[in-house]
Formats: sequence, structure tokens, C-alpha cells
Amino acid sequence: MSPDLIVALLAAAVQGAAPILFATLGEILSEKAGVLNLGVEGVMAISAFAAFFVCLQTGSATLGLLAGGLAGSLMCGLHSLVCQVFLGNQVVSGLALTIFGVGLSNYLGTPYVGAGTVGFRQASVPLLAQIPWLGPILFQQDAMVYLGYLAPVAVWFLLNRTSLGLGLRATGEMPAAAAAAGLNPQRLRAFGVMAGGFLCGLGGAYLSLAYTHMWTIGLSGGRGWVAVALVIFAFWRPFRAVVGALLFGGVMAFQLRLQAEGTNIPSSLLLMLPYLLTILALVFSAARAHRAGRNAAAAPAALGVNIEPEG
Amino acid sequence: MIRLVVRKRAKSLGWGALVVYLCALALALFICGVLLRLSGRPGLGGLAILFQGAFGQSYSLLDDLVKAIPIFLCSLGVALSFRMQIWNIGAEGQFALGAVGATFVALSLPGLPWPVLLPLMFLAAMLAGGLWGLIPAALRLRLGVNEIISSLMLNYVGILVLDYLVFGVWKDPASFGFPMTAEFGPGGQIARMGPTLGLNLGKLHWGLLACPLAGVAYGVFLSRTRLGFELAACGEGERVARYAQLPYGFLVLLVLGAGGALAGLAGSIECSATLGRLQPTVMVGYGYTAIVVAWLARLKPWPIAFTSFLLASLRVGVEVLELKLQIPAAFGQIMEGGILLCVIAGQFFLDYTVSLRRPEAPVAPVASGASCAPGVKEAA
Repeated sequence: MSPDLIVALLAAAVQGAAPILFATLGEILSEKAGVLNLGVEGVMAISAFAAFFVCLQTGSATLGLLAGGLAGSLMCGLHSLVCQVFLGNQVVSGLALTIFGVGLSNYLGTPYVGAGTVGFRQASVPLLAQIPWLGPILFQQDAMVYLGYLAPVAVWFLLNRTSLGLGLRATGEMPAAAAAAGLNPQRLRAFGVMAGGFLCGLGGAYLSLAYTHMWTIGLSGGRGWVAVALVIFAFWRPFRAVVGALLFGGVMAFQLRLQAEGTNIPSSLLLMLPYLLTILALVFSAARAHRAGRNAAAAPAALGVNIEPEG
Repeated sequence: MIRLVVRKRAKSLGWGALVVYLCALALALFICGVLLRLSGRPGLGGLAILFQGAFGQSYSLLDDLVKAIPIFLCSLGVALSFRMQIWNIGAEGQFALGAVGATFVALSLPGLPWPVLLPLMFLAAMLAGGLWGLIPAALRLRLGVNEIISSLMLNYVGILVLDYLVFGVWKDPASFGFPMTAEFGPGGQIARMGPTLGLNLGKLHWGLLACPLAGVAYGVFLSRTRLGFELAACGEGERVARYAQLPYGFLVLLVLGAGGALAGLAGSIECSATLGRLQPTVMVGYGYTAIVVAWLARLKPWPIAFTSFLLASLRVGVEVLELKLQIPAAFGQIMEGGILLCVIAGQFFLDYTVSLRRPEAPVAPVASGASCAPGVKEAA
């Protein structure tokens, strides 16, 4: 492989990582607060359409991005409503959200299949883009990728350096204790879920605004599920999520490149790669968690458990 | 200020449960009607067309029944694992592998008569589907890998395996480039019931017989065998099960293997009876519908049968709607997801009561923590 090709592949990996990273960070926020949200796939699908639609109508990619985030928050608000107010099973509610979301996105999007939109274009960072190797890989991307560089820092800061984050984590570990400390676990959970939904929404928006610039059916293509898996792979830590997302972005870029080059390998086998890699990543993280001891890699203790009313 | 107080129900709601389900269903239908309206179609009229299409004619009822067969089989398999809180959402992939297994036998032994070939096909399908289901089971037991994600990822992989075969080595040279295998021999196709019985039964086929067999086996296993009771006990969670020295690991293998076998059987029936060959269109999401069915039916066999029929008829109705109002097929998914969401929310009222607490009522002194519990919600 020539150096140019390697740089191009790595740049594509960074781009492919961005939507998965946003979604993984969103799911980390939600799970840290104790709510398992398996609806990410559906949320991303809806947000991708919302972002596309608003961008198409207004011509503004920023408004589209915002719409994607808000749509994500709204969808996750639905999950929050079903699980927190109506005490529904989090696994099933999440699955329902995925079925509903993917369906709604396809339903609303069908008339727009093939339509293009402005979206985000490549915008090189002055000076930094000139750095050999790193410049083309990291700094000749679109604005959303740069936002993606900030997002893990922001989520890490929120979770580990603010009292809100402390409250969120407490709610995810032991809601009763959080309540005893004078916090409102229900409100904190709702915040975690909906803020996480906003991030998932950004991930969905990335797909239609920056990844393709065009509307097609099934844009999310399992990325939401990959994100759910990466949360485990990342041990619920924002910076490890970056590693996971890059790994997937890399495999997707590699696979697309191979397809474009026209190899003899059937495309169905190439398309399997990300999904097999997801399973492999889980196996790897399970083995690592085993070695690192329970606490280093454990899920929040109250993850998936609803807060029951007293009496 | 009036406060809402939530309490656990002392006794079961009985027939009131039906009211809850109907209300949830009505809410979901209302939302779908609004959605139709928003996309410029008649809302109520659209729903009427849907019902007309699903239940209006005898052939539509028969069509419902045909589609209910795979959904029912997959749903039993899914429900089995849900009973012990193992979240097998891999029915779709197991279905695909079942179709592949059956096709392998049908294409390898084309000349055999049906009494030999069909059982061999079912066996291969159940084996393939069952083994596919055992992968997440083994990963979970050996390494602690979350079965939700591994079983779901295997859906994508399973469908791609099917695609690989159908687009590649199994492609019929006479298919003009279409991705499909050659048609199965007459011995490899499940016959329709109508001609044999001398009745006009449309597309209804003998694969239907698998449903009562599987349903009875499911019911007997759960209510009459020791293992079935142990499985129910495992529903309390893995730690409880291990503490009670239940054969937790074995049961995980069993539910995922058996669930995979049932989904695989469904896949073989679908491609043998409905298509007569293997092609990608065999995958229409029955495996996901099965999850919806299992949960709506609260994992009980009779309700699963009834709900399978209901969601199958929904699919038939949506097909008619697609034709008459040019509605995208995804409308069916919206309805399934919407109904499930509404019903999960509604099931709250099966287990809890909500009452108003007036401000003058004596409020028990509560610890600071209690005021944050969800039991007390402020109402405007």
C-alpha cells in the first residue's frame, strides 16, 4: 500500500468513526444514569431523517444538526416515559423504540430517497491541516468531526468533574442512596437519557448530513447496535469509546475501499466484517474485564433496573 | 396541590387487563391514524382499509394464518428464553440459517420423496438454527458476553450468509441473474392443504401442523416438567438461580438452542412452502415481529398464538394499504413498534394502581429520600 492510500484510509476511518462515537457517548450517558437504551438504532434512524429534512428545507446544516439532536432527545424521552413513569422493561422498551424508529424513518423518508442536501463539507483547519500525515487524517475533515474531537472530553468532564455527573453516576449505581443524599434520581435519569439521546441524534445527523449528503433507506445500518456494544467494550469510559469507534470506522472504511477496488471477495462477506468485529470486541472486552477484576469494568450496578415506587 | 400515589396492586386485575390492552391498542391505532393523516392520506379511512384488508375476506384470513405460522414458531422460541431473562433477539438470523440448512438438504438430495426429504430438511434447519442460537449461549456462559448484542449481530451475519449463498454458489444458472436457488424438487416442497382436503384454502399449507405440535410441547415443557419449573425459577435472575443450584448454564443452552431450532424450523417451512426455493425475499422480519408478539402475549402459549395471528393480519392489512394508498411498507413496523410501546406502558396498570392524595390527608413523615421515589409524582 502506498502512503497516500494509508492516509486516505485513516482519514476515512476517522470519518466513519464519528457517528458511532457520538452514539456511543450518548449511550454511556444514559447507562451511567442507570437506563439501558437499546433504542439507539431507531433513534439514529429518526435523527438522520430529521436532520436531513430540516437541512433540505432550510438549507442550513447547523439547523439540521440541531434538529437531529432534538429528535434524538425526543425519542429517548419516549423511552424515559415508558421506563420511568410506566415502569416498563428497559430491554423491551428499547427494542420497541428501535422497531418504531427505524419504521418511522423509512416511512417518512421514502418520498425523499435519492434526494441530496448541502450538509457539512470538508473544512480544513488552517495550519493544522498542513501537518504531514496527521493533517490530512485529522484536520481535513468536516465540522462535525471536529465536534467529535470535543465530545468525549465534554462527556468525560461532565461525568467526572461536575456535581451533575456525580449525581448521574450515583443514580446509576444506587438510586436509593442518591435519593437519600437529596438528589432526584428520576430527574437525573431523565436527564441522562435525553442528553444521551441528543448525542445519539448527532450521530444519526452525521450519517445524512456529512457521511452521505443523500437520503437512502437504512442509513443507520446497525451502527446503533454497534454503539451499544462499544459501551461495554469501552467499560463505560468516554476515552475508550474513541478507541472502539476508530476501530469500527477503520473496518468500515477498509471494507468500503475493498468493495470500491472491486476485489474477488463477495460483498456479502465483506459486509459481515463490522458485525463479526462487534462480537469479537465483546469477547475481547469480556476477557479483559475478567483479568482487570470486577470493579474496573463493571456496568453501573443499577443498570436496567427501574426505580420502584415505595409502598 | 394534588399528588399521585402509585401502589402495587394487591390482587390481579382479571378481565380489567383486557380493557388495558384494548386502550393501549386504541392509542397505538390513533397514533398511526394521525400519522396517515399527516402524510396526506385519510386517517380513519386508512385504518378501515387496513382492517378490511386484514379481515375482510376469507382469503385474507387464510393469508393471515399463513403468515402467522413462522411468527408463532419464532415467537415460542423467543418467549422460552425471555422466561428466564435471557434476551434472545436473534430469531431473525436463526430463521435465515434454518432456511439455509433446509435448502442445503433440498438441493443435495433433490430426488427423494417428501416423506423422507421434508423431515430431513426440517432436521437440518433445526440443527442449523439451533447451532446459530447456541453461539450467543456459549459466548455468554464461557465469557460473559452480553447475549442481546451477540444474538442481534448474528442476525446481520446470518442474513449475509444467506445472501452469500444465494448470490454465489447456490445461484440457479437459469435464473437470469436473479439471486435465487433452483426450485426445490416436488419432494422438497410442503404441499397446500386445500387440494388434499378438497377445500378452497388458498395458500394455507401443511406447515401449519408444526404450530400445534410446537405449542403443545412448549406448554407441556413449562407446566409439566421439572426442567420447565426450574426455567421459570431462573426468571428471578442468574444469581438467584445459581444460589438455588438450578442448572442455569444448561438452561441457557437449552433455551437458546431450542429457540434457534424453532426459528430455524420456521425458516425452512417458509422457504419450502411459500417460495419453493431460497431467495433473499424470504427474510421479511418475522424474527423481529416474534419478539413483539412474545412480549405482548406475556410469554404464554395461547396468547402467543392469538397475537401471532393478530400481527400477521396486521402485515396483510398493511400490504393492502400499501397497494391502495401507496403507503411505504415501513408503516407496518411503525405499527408494531407503536403497539409494543403503548402496551408496555399500559402494562403498568396491570401491576400498579394510581390514586390521588389530597393535600389535607395526613402525610406520613418521610425520609428525605422517599420524596424522590417515583411513587409520588406531582400533578398540576
